[in-house]
Amino acid sequence: MSRTSRLSTSLLRAAAVTGVAALTLTACGSGSGSDSASSGSGSGSVKVGLITKTDTNPFFVKMKEGAEQAAKENGAQLVTAAGKFDGDNAGQVTAMENMVASGVKGILITPSDSKAIVPAIAKARAKGVLVIALDTPTEPESAVDALFATDNLKAGQLIGEYAKAAMTGKTAKIATLDLAPGVSVGVQRHDGFLKGFGATDKDVVCAQDTGGDQAKGQTAMENCLQKEPDINVVYTINEPAALGAYTALKAKGREKDVLIVSVDGGCTGTRAVKDGKIAATSQQYPLKMAAEGVKAVVTYAKDGKKASGYTDTGVTLITDKAQTGVDSKDTAFGLENCWG
Amino acid sequence: MTATTTPYAELKAPTTARRLLTAPTTGPLVALLLACAFFSFSTDQFLTGGNFSLIVQQVMVVGTLAIGQTLIILTAGIDLSCGAVMAFGSIVIAKMAAQGSLPPLVAIALGIAVCGGFGLVNGLLVQKIPLPPFIVTLGMLNVAFALTHIYSEEQTVTSLPAPLTALGETFPLGHTDITYGSLVTIALFLAFAYALSGTGWGRHVYALGNSQEAARLNGIRTSRLTIGIYSVAGLLYGVAALLLISRTGVGDPQAGQTDNLDSITAVVLGGTSLFGGRGSVLGTFIGVLIVGVFRNGLQLMGVASIYQTLITGVLVILAVTVDQISRKKAR
Repeated sequence: MSRTSRLSTSLLRAAAVTGVAALTLTACGSGSGSDSASSGSGSGSVKVGLITKTDTNPFFVKMKEGAEQAAKENGAQLVTAAGKFDGDNAGQVTAMENMVASGVKGILITPSDSKAIVPAIAKARAKGVLVIALDTPTEPESAVDALFATDNLKAGQLIGEYAKAAMTGKTAKIATLDLAPGVSVGVQRHDGFLKGFGATDKDVVCAQDTGGDQAKGQTAMENCLQKEPDINVVYTINEPAALGAYTALKAKGREKDVLIVSVDGGCTGTRAVKDGKIAATSQQYPLKMAAEGVKAVVTYAKDGKKASGYTDTGVTLITDKAQTGVDSKDTAFGLENCWG
Repeated sequence: MTATTTPYAELKAPTTARRLLTAPTTGPLVALLLACAFFSFSTDQFLTGGNFSLIVQQVMVVGTLAIGQTLIILTAGIDLSCGAVMAFGSIVIAKMAAQGSLPPLVAIALGIAVCGGFGLVNGLLVQKIPLPPFIVTLGMLNVAFALTHIYSEEQTVTSLPAPLTALGETFPLGHTDITYGSLVTIALFLAFAYALSGTGWGRHVYALGNSQEAARLNGIRTSRLTIGIYSVAGLLYGVAALLLISRTGVGDPQAGQTDNLDSITAVVLGGTSLFGGRGSVLGTFIGVLIVGVFRNGLQLMGVASIYQTLITGVLVILAVTVDQISRKKAR
């Protein structure tokens, strides 16, 4: 390569970066618009960090909305970050360090890995930052100052009780479409369901992991039907997995006589309950988790009073085919309060 | 430009200033400095010693992987398995020391050796069968990923003995805390920068990347060289595994899932050509820092993380575009 072209290459690289810097400015303009609006100049207001598992899951998008809304109401400034994928612990650690460096008063975190995040949380707390876990507890739970979350065992139990009532007089053949091995949220919902149904793992004829993914849920259900064609109760970890199961059942013409129950209460999922694809779902409230979290950080900044312990942010059974003896609300209520 | 119209000055030996301007790392370096300047103006917290120490600490794992990745890309290869191999190494180290009751140093040596073994197998498959590096390392990515999850039983390994996290400890330097791991990473970068530019081995690596056939005809033992490069890269992934453990304080089976792509990003941003034979380890260091600075700076500014991904993507495309344009001109 000639010297002149090397020189121009270097300059070209420099020009390219200047372009990106401009892009950054644009990105900041659009990205942090709501933040700066809520915080004014940013100086003097309480800075609250929110770290979710990913940027793309509607559940976390809603959580972020709830936090932004609460930050605006409380005159706080919200900064957000997320892992690149579900399970990205290193990404969450990095985000935490950066937030502590930027001077946040408190951090709300949905841990991707309940155990792996603990040392990083300890470091942040050592610097006087209030750390609250949202949605997913840490292991041990005492690693954070407080936990604002759905009681996942209860969420599972509600659909278990519902399924039991709906199956009265019939012999149940249960399939469970689970999350992934060792993930506490999935384990608790699964155990809760069995508890509510009055069954044990021995009564489950087919259990498959889906990662909460619709396509994997469909594959799992297809395989379960191959194994046990007369499955008639399907527990699913969330509504995407439930819709996957529905598609598989429909292909076999079984969609009418199989009971699908789920957890989450997303808007797509709640509409699926309304359409009769899913019999019932336990709805949780990410917006509330975030809003309560922001308020707790603002309180800490003002009075030095730290939130502590577990706050149940509530769960409601949503169905249009209510069963006697099981408390539930209809899909009209569900759609008003759904997320996503 | 023809020789007759070339100004006399052009024919003289390049001045120091000109040499600096035309060095392959200049573009990335200017980019890094511009980014730093931008963030210094945008946020108060960016321009502090503590923050720079934090950035180096945050990039040390991907940085160490990226040294190995640079070596392999210089041979016109690519390694998609580096993050997964590192994750497996980190679980081996963590489990052996925390649950297998092996002395920590033995566990560390074992983990690094296991990673070196993966590199060796990659090198053998690429060189002896031979198979395309993309395919070999894609396969190895899945093998290492699966082994990590099988061996860890999907469990995060906690309660690690102190020597495993020693590199994550800090020592004060003025008003700043520096981690020992950062120093290890910087030392490795310097060592490999010297090995590539100042030794016969380094010249052979570049020759191999430019043309394996020409290198072979010139008496370079290309087969041994290639297998050696993949093995050394593997050992570096083992060191990265130790750094990862020391940074997070746990053995995490989910780790490293995007680190293969992140390391390639750093190499490309550092001006190393994906077609082999051109580039440097120091460039990669700058590339790693560019990503780290953007991630940290945007976070300090309160910009949502999805924009970090957006900007990194644009940067990579720009860097490869520049590489291609400069190649066309060189022809």
